[in-house]
Amino acid sequence: MKQLFNNRVPAARTRPSIRQVTIEYAVLILLGVVIVALAILSPSFFTFGNLVNILSQNAPLVIIAATGTFVIISGNFDLSTGAMYSLAGVLAASISMAFDTVWPALLAAPVIGILLGTFNGLVITRLRVHSFLATLASSMIFTTIAVLITGGSLITVTTEGFSALGRERIGGIFISVFVMIAVVAALWFVLRRSVFGRHVFAVGGNPEAAEMSGVRVIRVRVAVMALSGLAAGIAGAIGVSRIASGQPLAGTGMELQAIAAVILGGTSIYGGVGAVWRSVAGVFLIALIGNGFDLLSLNPQLKDLVTGFIILAAVGLAAADRVRR
Amino acid sequence: MSNSDADRLPVELSHISKRFGATQALDDVSVTIRPGQVHSIVGENGAGKSTLGKIIAGVYSPDDGDLLIDGDPVRHWNPGTAQTAGIAMIAQELALVPDLTVAENVYLGAERHRLGFLKRGLNERFAALDAEVGFGLNPRALVRDLRIADQQKTEILRSLARNANVIVMDEPTSSLTAHEMGQLETLMRSLSERGCSIIYVSHFLDSVLRVSDTVTVMRDGRHIMTVPAEDVGKRDLVTAMLGRELDQAFPDRTEAPEPGDVPLLKVSNLATDTGVKDMSFEVHRGEIVGLLGLVGSGRSECLRALIGVDAITGGTVEVKGFDRTGAPPHRMISEGVFLVPEDRHKDGLVLERSVRENIALSSLAARATSGIVRTSAEIGTARELADSLEIRPLDIERPVGQFSGGNQQKALLAKALAAKPDLVILDEPTRGVDVGAKRTIYDLISRLAADGYGVLLISSEHEEIMELAHRAYLVAGGRTIDHIEPSESTMENVLFRLFHVASGEEPAA
Repeated sequence: MKQLFNNRVPAARTRPSIRQVTIEYAVLILLGVVIVALAILSPSFFTFGNLVNILSQNAPLVIIAATGTFVIISGNFDLSTGAMYSLAGVLAASISMAFDTVWPALLAAPVIGILLGTFNGLVITRLRVHSFLATLASSMIFTTIAVLITGGSLITVTTEGFSALGRERIGGIFISVFVMIAVVAALWFVLRRSVFGRHVFAVGGNPEAAEMSGVRVIRVRVAVMALSGLAAGIAGAIGVSRIASGQPLAGTGMELQAIAAVILGGTSIYGGVGAVWRSVAGVFLIALIGNGFDLLSLNPQLKDLVTGFIILAAVGLAAADRVRR
Repeated sequence: MSNSDADRLPVELSHISKRFGATQALDDVSVTIRPGQVHSIVGENGAGKSTLGKIIAGVYSPDDGDLLIDGDPVRHWNPGTAQTAGIAMIAQELALVPDLTVAENVYLGAERHRLGFLKRGLNERFAALDAEVGFGLNPRALVRDLRIADQQKTEILRSLARNANVIVMDEPTSSLTAHEMGQLETLMRSLSERGCSIIYVSHFLDSVLRVSDTVTVMRDGRHIMTVPAEDVGKRDLVTAMLGRELDQAFPDRTEAPEPGDVPLLKVSNLATDTGVKDMSFEVHRGEIVGLLGLVGSGRSECLRALIGVDAITGGTVEVKGFDRTGAPPHRMISEGVFLVPEDRHKDGLVLERSVRENIALSSLAARATSGIVRTSAEIGTARELADSLEIRPLDIERPVGQFSGGNQQKALLAKALAAKPDLVILDEPTRGVDVGAKRTIYDLISRLAADGYGVLLISSEHEEIMELAHRAYLVAGGRTIDHIEPSESTMENVLFRLFHVASGEEPAA
């Protein structure tokens, strides 16, 4: 037994293969290629105005996709982020109009998001409904509530200063971009360094093992869904502020764009693998493809075709790697 | 049934070898199955008898040697080609579709149809088949509603429906009552009279001796003997199954602790709906306690229930004198009880994540400041544990799924220790682990006891418990039937009693 603790061996560090590195950074490499291509092809791409616009336009989606990384790593899906985005925005708009306030109304949106997300989480864990189905159903419910609140049209917000969050700039950069950067940084830190982040990976990778290791799997699942709601609420506040009107269908389709970006970033839908920054890169890759079509005056109808093939290629590459192991 | 040519041997295994990782499951085994015979294969847990059955049925392919079917060596042997050749397997884990009816399952993949539309008469077809064997199953019942024994009968009917002339039965009796076992034996006899060969893999020696024409004894993946069943008795079989030299060195048994204090763990009359009926045992500090039992005796199920993964339907679990019945896993861990599960991949490890993260998973809270993991502390602990358990290669950042079985097991043990438990429960800690790693694990178990931990050990390699444990409980049919001191008992004695009880002869002591 003495030998048990004393024959030390220097720590080995196996280098990841070039292939693995390529896969891990595929989304960044593609993003780089698209940026370089656009910079060469279009003189108006590398202008301050264009870049700031791309950042600000995509701020809500980045926030949702970055959080969607957590959801997918934990082995869940959230198909209700678009609906939560709309509902939170509509409620913020009506609160602002009813009470003639700005910031309380905008801050209400994230709170509402947390409530909606927690509802999703409880349905998934208590009723044991798969998240895909639970959030598909709840997205319909949330959308209908939003439609009922607005009476089917939209709520135009005339409150003074309501658009600041979406339209004001500090040093030429939109406030929403700062919010986006803060949220992404926080999420990155939480996923990489917090106990909660580690538990998210474990729950997605192997819930049984996590449970047996003392992780409270149900709590983690609820928390992840609540976080997703929070993100949709923050994004909703930015969105409603920018257009200064509450629209019940404003977020329709965002949930799928966010999932596409997360998947493009290489996060595994089987759970347990993923990173926030890669989802963010995924959003911008899709955004830049769109921007490229605009700048180069290409047929915009082909935009989704190109995006679709790129996602297929990314997912196929990851699947091929999984089979090899 | 279709075996018209009586000279041809339906199945012949010639110098078959099979390896799983570091384990030599079969080593140069040659066995001949004759037409119309019930040929039993017996041996201890891990002797290779199931592997042998699975090779015949095409589930595994041999690494070496030839498999001859009807006299011809086969190539590309898989369950599909095996079925076409008239070989069916009834596995321990039943392969039925729960939402289809009995009749639909029996004819699944062999439906009669016209242009893809099912013909009527499925249930009539079934009735004819069922009348032949006399099971009396309701063809319209959903399989999900059946008892395990009836599900097994459904599987048997399925192989008969395909005109199988060789049927491999892998432990079919483990979930049957004595009456049902009798029915199955009658069926096996009547099948063999019709020219069908049965390969009967079983723990139940009485049943084996009643029904077999020929018995093959396996030990450590090797063929020991093949004899006519009428020439041997139960003792002969047990002796042949057992008679091995000790090929692993075990560390010296640590000194048994002083009795009398409050036990770390006290389980009383535990029952679950997963097969535990009445189990009672206790573990003290500094003590290694083993649960001895055959596969399917309810040992792992008992552990899952006591640490709070599965529901408890009766009895109590006390930790350090306090009632903790039904406490969830995170609670049991904070109480100092940690289970290292049997199935490393399913319950134990998050394969995609690094060794470091896996080791730290059980104890993150202890190494975090307001929710933020202190990476340096985490790396320190992980490296120290990985190093002391000799995890190779010593790269804690590598995904744990890329390590060998032995090293994965060490990572799992490291995770348990990182949680700083008082009681470590080890379920099959050396399964699929090479000899060198086994010794490391034995040393660790001894060391844990010497350091005052309590250890509850389950192993199908009974020798491990006999050599390491201070006390052991005999488990059969979900009950703890007796309590022994391994140092004063022999393997032969223990095995004889376990097999005896499994055959339902000896009432629970």
